[in-house]
Amino acid sequence: MKRAIITVTGIDHTGIVAGISSVLANFGINILDITQTIMGDIFVMALLVDITGIDDITPLLERLLEEGNKLKVKVSFEREEIFRAMHRI
Amino acid sequence: MIFATEEILETIRMIQVEHLDIRTVTLGVDLLDCRRDSIEDTVKFLRARLLKATENFISTIKKVEVEYGIPIVNKRVAITPVSLILSSLNLEDYIYLAKELDRLALEIDLDFIGGYTGFLEYEVSNTDKVFLKSIPVVLNETERLCASIITATTEAGINLDAIKESAYIILETAKLKNRPLVCAKLIVLSNPPKDNPFMAGAFHGIKRGERVISVGISGPGAVRSAVERLPKNVDITSVVEEIKRISFKITRAGEFIGREVARRLGIDSVSVDISLAPTPEEGDSVARIIEKIGVKTFGAPGTTGLLFLLNDALKKGGLMASSSVGGLSGTFISVSEDKGIAEAIGKGALSLEKLEALTNVCSVGLDMIPIPGDISPYTLMGIILDEMAVGVMHNKTTAVRILPVPGGKPGDWVDFGGLLGGAPIVKVNETSCMDLFERGGRIPPSISSYRN
Repeated sequence: MKRAIITVTGIDHTGIVAGISSVLANFGINILDITQTIMGDIFVMALLVDITGIDDITPLLERLLEEGNKLKVKVSFEREEIFRAMHRI
Repeated sequence: MIFATEEILETIRMIQVEHLDIRTVTLGVDLLDCRRDSIEDTVKFLRARLLKATENFISTIKKVEVEYGIPIVNKRVAITPVSLILSSLNLEDYIYLAKELDRLALEIDLDFIGGYTGFLEYEVSNTDKVFLKSIPVVLNETERLCASIITATTEAGINLDAIKESAYIILETAKLKNRPLVCAKLIVLSNPPKDNPFMAGAFHGIKRGERVISVGISGPGAVRSAVERLPKNVDITSVVEEIKRISFKITRAGEFIGREVARRLGIDSVSVDISLAPTPEEGDSVARIIEKIGVKTFGAPGTTGLLFLLNDALKKGGLMASSSVGGLSGTFISVSEDKGIAEAIGKGALSLEKLEALTNVCSVGLDMIPIPGDISPYTLMGIILDEMAVGVMHNKTTAVRILPVPGGKPGDWVDFGGLLGGAPIVKVNETSCMDLFERGGRIPPSISSYRN
């Protein structure tokens, strides 16, 4: 399974989870885990997603960034292994 | 969630705010068996080999960059040193080969191609002289080709004649079209590693295999922020521990990306260099790390000690993270590329002599230093010799990449643009060393080479 972590940060308001998850649904991407928290004033959401069927990431990434702009939040996309490499021995 | 939010955010902060990046991915390509009787045939075989070896190289890197969200700044190729695939007394042969290599680099879409390299530590042969003579023309008439001259090793000693030639070549390269920046593509080395992925001195090592991927990781900004976040009153051991921790994480990221690129290209051999290479971006500076630890300005007394600490901690953290650490790991003190170092020179806190002292405790040498263009060739020879001696004595790589600025005076600010940054022209001690180089010859091998 190919997995990625999508991170969303910004000022909390309604519709963030709905906006991002509907983009993912349109690409047929399953959300495996989701966590959200407020750090100071900043809303932080991390989604672990299954991207097994996605060969070219670029269209998805473009759509996510577009949605992020609309929602006034910052969206980052990274394959899961990079976090494993940096944070697990 | 398998990772804590703090862990996820730390990675993202390191990449987005602190400029953590994969500075270079370099593909080493073996061209040794492309040598033919005629230059036309050599170029024909070399061209076919390079195009085949670099198939999908750029597209793979771009894909990995997007998927893993880590910028990969430079894509390069290092080839077998040209002095091993061409020995000619005809200047035009070298120029033809160089231009073909440059054209190939453009065609493949590389940022740089390295390996226009000559090994002159023992002697300067007649073909070496032709090779050297070609360098000013070649570097001025190509964009992406990098040249290097090896003038000293611990085993061979220091070849004063090679240094003498190199100094003239550097001055001629800067003067030919009045473009000092061209000298950024030319480096004089002692003790190069057997396989060198770093420009301008990059070349593919002999017997290093057909293709090898080398990754250079960098992130002075991430190290600086980590040090900055420490409470002011923690002792120096805690500072070292923090640098080791961050170096571990940076190296793991780099090693992972390197292996992924190599895997996708079907290459087994991967080497990772943990280096702190600065960029002119605010905060992405080695000087700023040193200043955060405890000196007011880089170059102040105490700087050599702190640079030793940084270099050592960086390697310790990195070695734990990867078993494929290459030969040129460490901290780079590139003058024009590091805003903090350039500023220190402007403030008078840092001199050429202190920079030389600093190269005793870090990689790699006197790097990207603008000097007055009217410097005496002998003075430049002396500067190169001193740096080569540091390398030979300590059995490590040192290098000189110096940019003589025609018409420039000490203190004049020179802007090189982009990643190459800018710096004030450095004052040079012009006391004569002419008699030394009029003697010529080779300083014999260092006692430290007699190890058998």
